[in-house]
Amino acid sequence: MKRFIGFVKKEFLHIFRDYRTMIILFGMPIAQVLLFGFVITNEIKNAKIAILDKSKDEVTLAISNKILSSGYFILDKNISTQAEIEQSFKEGEIKQVIIFEDDFAGRLVKENKAHIQILADASEPNTANLLVNYTNAIVRDYINKTIKDKRNVMQIVPQVRMMYNENLKGVYMFVPGIMAMILMLVSAMMTSISIAREKELGTMEVLLVSPLKPIQVILGKVTPYFVLSFVSGMSILLLGRFVFNVPIHGSTIMLLLITMLFTLLALSLGILISTVSSSQQTAMVISMFALMLPTILLSGFIFPIENMPIFLQVLSNIMPPRWFIIILKNIMLKGTDFMYIWKETLILLGMTFFFIVMSAKKYKIRLE
Amino acid sequence: MKRIIVENISKSYKNAQALKNISFEVNDSELFGLIGPDGAGKTSLFRILTTLLLATDGSAEVFGYDVVKDYKKIRNIVGYMPGKFSLYQDLSVEENLNFFATVFGTTIEENYDLVKDIYSHIEPFKHRLAGKLSGGMKQKLALSCALIHRPKVLFLDEPTTGVDAVSRKEFWEMLRGLKQKGITILVSTPYMDEASLCDRVALIQSGKILSIDTPENITNQYSHKLFAIKSNNLYKLSKDLKEFKSTRSVYLFGQYLHYTSNDNNLNTQEIEQFLFQKGHHEIEIKTIKASIEDCFMDLM
Repeated sequence: MKRFIGFVKKEFLHIFRDYRTMIILFGMPIAQVLLFGFVITNEIKNAKIAILDKSKDEVTLAISNKILSSGYFILDKNISTQAEIEQSFKEGEIKQVIIFEDDFAGRLVKENKAHIQILADASEPNTANLLVNYTNAIVRDYINKTIKDKRNVMQIVPQVRMMYNENLKGVYMFVPGIMAMILMLVSAMMTSISIAREKELGTMEVLLVSPLKPIQVILGKVTPYFVLSFVSGMSILLLGRFVFNVPIHGSTIMLLLITMLFTLLALSLGILISTVSSSQQTAMVISMFALMLPTILLSGFIFPIENMPIFLQVLSNIMPPRWFIIILKNIMLKGTDFMYIWKETLILLGMTFFFIVMSAKKYKIRLE
Repeated sequence: MKRIIVENISKSYKNAQALKNISFEVNDSELFGLIGPDGAGKTSLFRILTTLLLATDGSAEVFGYDVVKDYKKIRNIVGYMPGKFSLYQDLSVEENLNFFATVFGTTIEENYDLVKDIYSHIEPFKHRLAGKLSGGMKQKLALSCALIHRPKVLFLDEPTTGVDAVSRKEFWEMLRGLKQKGITILVSTPYMDEASLCDRVALIQSGKILSIDTPENITNQYSHKLFAIKSNNLYKLSKDLKEFKSTRSVYLFGQYLHYTSNDNNLNTQEIEQFLFQKGHHEIEIKTIKASIEDCFMDLM
């Protein structure tokens, strides 16, 4: 036991003396959350638009005002000719141009029909889509509210409510995703690198020729990172809770337990990586490819799994973060019981067990 | 009492044979040197004896334990200092020593008397990071770490490589001191001049042992008349000597060329005459006693 404590102490010294490790451990989670929370959002605020109003009557003015007062749009300029449209898009500032046809109000009265053309800059497809939808909704709303004469038009009005994230806040989605990513990165990459470093520097040779048991070496490596990753994960949760008001509806204890389980999984994966890599570089590259990219791309963190090709959907099943993110979202946003997440938890447990057995099998008591 | 027994050990890697049928024995409290150039197979042999590698063939015992079956027992009683500097560079001198003491289940205080002579040199810098030490001090720290658990057998793989001459001398004095305390030491070095500091040496080259004996016996067995020759132009001297009648070998040795002939009656006058004809000046010729390196060159 004394040997083990001595080993853990040594590991902590390594970590605290390497400022790069410290930055990754504590700087990165905070930077990531703040980045995703503040900067990278799916919500549109203050998109610049131009309006080409060929009619300039009271209806077009009212619609324009409604659009501009919604908070989503800012009028960049009023343009007066068709030719200016292309020009404004090319200048790059303007995301959307709204065109009212001439004699707008007149046609509305005479023909009961008038046209608004919406041109959006689809070089950013998601933004364009959102903007068009917003504009559509605003115009529809205007029609419903102003045109009282609803004579024989049948009205079906869907009442939409966005459950569990009423305001469609992006940060609700990012906090679980970043948790998964940071825990994967910190736990798996850092442990695998730190074991690989011992091999690279030759200290592994000395450790092998000592009475230390393999399990003591591994646990000694894992314990400090377990503690630190957990602290890291907690800081993300706290940031999410108090800076971005991401709720935790479910049981906090369950959340912590599952986080611990996932940390353990990532650590065992890290050990497995270290058993197959002989240098820090290799460990780093494997971690990057085996952990970083799949976590970001295939876990459903950013891109919905349902929209992936079948092949990738199948592949995403073996990504541990996928299941962790589902559990996190369930607990935090929906407040579900363990009853509804036991399957995912079982999958995580199974994966952890698999990685531990694999790395125990691969661990070498000698050099190559 | 034999502390290390190596019997017909061979080791092959994928595309090279590092050790070919090596056998030797090391006695109790003996300072045994493995002398050979880089790539001779010294490190492979050390790793086999410290249970880090499995031999392809043959068997070996350390302190009566088999290196394959009883590897756990061996790991408790040996001290190992690998060729590469194997300490934690980001830990201080004291932290390194403390760590290795803890790993072996002991404390610095408990075995302080054993490492005192060595550790006292670096103790003034005990709060300095190991990575910031000079080469000589690093070696002393590594030796202290390898000794802190009072090992029965000490394996030192090229401990003096990359260390200045003064530190090397000190280091060997320390090894003699440890030997007095009853520790069996197997040390390897590429420096031939260090051979004379060992009790017995094995000359090793390309995975084969050329000779095993005390350094005196090895040099005494040298059977040729050896000349050290010098002139104003060493390069031309070497070329000319190679063309001299019945030349056996010519090789550079510091400021001199070492020369042997197949003709045992050859004397200095004859050589001097020949060189003078070839246009050499400041010629200096003397017969000398062979060193270990001469023996090594001869046995190769």
